[in-house]
Amino acid sequence: MEILVCVKRAPDTLENEITVNKDGTNIELEDLVYSVNEWDNYAVEEAIQIKDKVGGSVTVVTIGDEEAEEVLRREMAMGADKGILISDEAFENSDGKGIASILKAEIEKGKYDLILTGAQADDGAGQIGGMLAAMLDLPYASLVNKIDIAGEKLTVGREIEGGVQEINEIELPCVLSIQTGINEPRYVGIRGIRKVASVEIPVHTAADLGLDASAVGTSGAKVKKLDYFIPETGEGAEILTGSQEEIAEKLIELLKAKGGIK
Amino acid sequence: MSRQLFAYITHKNSAADDSAFELAAAAKKIDANASVTAIVTGKGEDLTKVCGQITSAFAKVWKIDGDAFAYPNAELIRAMLVKILPEKSITLLAHDTFGMDLGPGLSVKLNASFISDVVDIEGVKSDILKTIRQEYSGQVSTHVSCDITDGAVINIRPGSFKPEETSIGGEIEDKSSEAEGITAKRKYIEIIEAEIGDVDITKSEILVSVGRGIEDEENIEIAQELADAMGADVSCSRPIVDAKWLEKSRQVGTSGQTVKPKVYLALGISGSFQHLGGIKGSPFIVAVNKNAKAPIFQVADIGIVDDLLDFVPVLTEKIEELKG
Repeated sequence: MEILVCVKRAPDTLENEITVNKDGTNIELEDLVYSVNEWDNYAVEEAIQIKDKVGGSVTVVTIGDEEAEEVLRREMAMGADKGILISDEAFENSDGKGIASILKAEIEKGKYDLILTGAQADDGAGQIGGMLAAMLDLPYASLVNKIDIAGEKLTVGREIEGGVQEINEIELPCVLSIQTGINEPRYVGIRGIRKVASVEIPVHTAADLGLDASAVGTSGAKVKKLDYFIPETGEGAEILTGSQEEIAEKLIELLKAKGGIK
Repeated sequence: MSRQLFAYITHKNSAADDSAFELAAAAKKIDANASVTAIVTGKGEDLTKVCGQITSAFAKVWKIDGDAFAYPNAELIRAMLVKILPEKSITLLAHDTFGMDLGPGLSVKLNASFISDVVDIEGVKSDILKTIRQEYSGQVSTHVSCDITDGAVINIRPGSFKPEETSIGGEIEDKSSEAEGITAKRKYIEIIEAEIGDVDITKSEILVSVGRGIEDEENIEIAQELADAMGADVSCSRPIVDAKWLEKSRQVGTSGQTVKPKVYLALGISGSFQHLGGIKGSPFIVAVNKNAKAPIFQVADIGIVDDLLDFVPVLTEKIEELKG
């Protein structure tokens, strides 16, 4: 099976506290630690496991600047066969549709049986997979937490509300968005990354993909972020202060009053 | 403005989802004078009941009845909506696991703009809709504008808009014939219910809940010891289940269990809306988090800004001392 996984370089929310920059135009980018978007990492692991079962190849693709290359190498160290970097200044500030149409152009240059995305990324929109599927006229399932191969079809589980799994049959080729927890992504060490350090990663521009630059990026975006701000906190919690012992004692009194200690 | 507004309504066990009335409230914020049409798909008696429940909030209810709609398959419903929605209409969906499945692709097929997971709407000025979204699990918010000249699909976060008491008494129109000949390359097979674990956290009165801040599987014990001292059960947020440190049946959140304890201790939990969506009944919430800006502090009653790995053992010891 020829599998393509769309990945994104994103701030690592485990390593960073996300705040707003001084003029509210963006999040504070200074000292941010980046990694591959968590959901995408599960998608790559799933692709590798499918390849190990039925053969084929795994290609990882990302849209970004040269720094985005590091996430491709990381995923190749996991076991992806190929990386493609899509990079062009014209792509900056693309909205969801812009990103999906860039990926569509790349996908149409190859031949893939299965296209995976993470269910969502840092902005929480969760939109690229569904848009991409509709643009390619392929069937789609979101929030996938189980994939079984059954000939020309897949049996997929979707994670829906209340811990319930919804089982669907879906024809290939198709697009799936992958939910975290579907597998246990393998560990990637420095040595693994070093091994793929010299593998050449092709860079595709708007012109390479035959894309009209005015249809993507800022000029093509119908959905625009205007500013960033810290949400209103409402009442907010009463913050206990003092030494750890003092705080613990205050908290125990409060808990006792609320029936929190049996 | 004579733009047509629609809301797709989900339902379960013969009852419209709460989001139905929230979508009606959200539509009013786009256009206070609009007459909004609800679209409901389903089968038989169930569907008829649901349509009846929502006429109070919508000027029209389009009812689509068919065997194929007995379970909501977003791929099938998308094809149907593309067929019946007028050009340039604005369609509201709840941003739940169904709306996430449907919205993005629907917007492509309608050639309409798409905004995901909207938490507030500021209004429309010359075809530009201004909304509020959140990023990074609610750590920051953004104003997002959307050009709705060619229509829009807008996914609304459940619980963000307050339903209004209305008695519009909308008319129900049967549109079932429109669904003929619609097919999809994805077929619904079955539902697998969540497994019930050794502890039923939905019945717990006191929960000690752990999140990413616990850092390591071995540290779960720190939470367990506190829970034992308090007479509580241990629950968790999603990353702990993803890491396979605790069973799925212990997960609190929209994709896990809905709990209604009296007291909820959130240890190292940032407080994403998916997690908070699983906490009902207004418990007394105590949050321990080393990030003073974690969204959990906005909803907690009491906050402690500290590393749970340092603070919790101190708390456990104090409680044990007290109990002798």
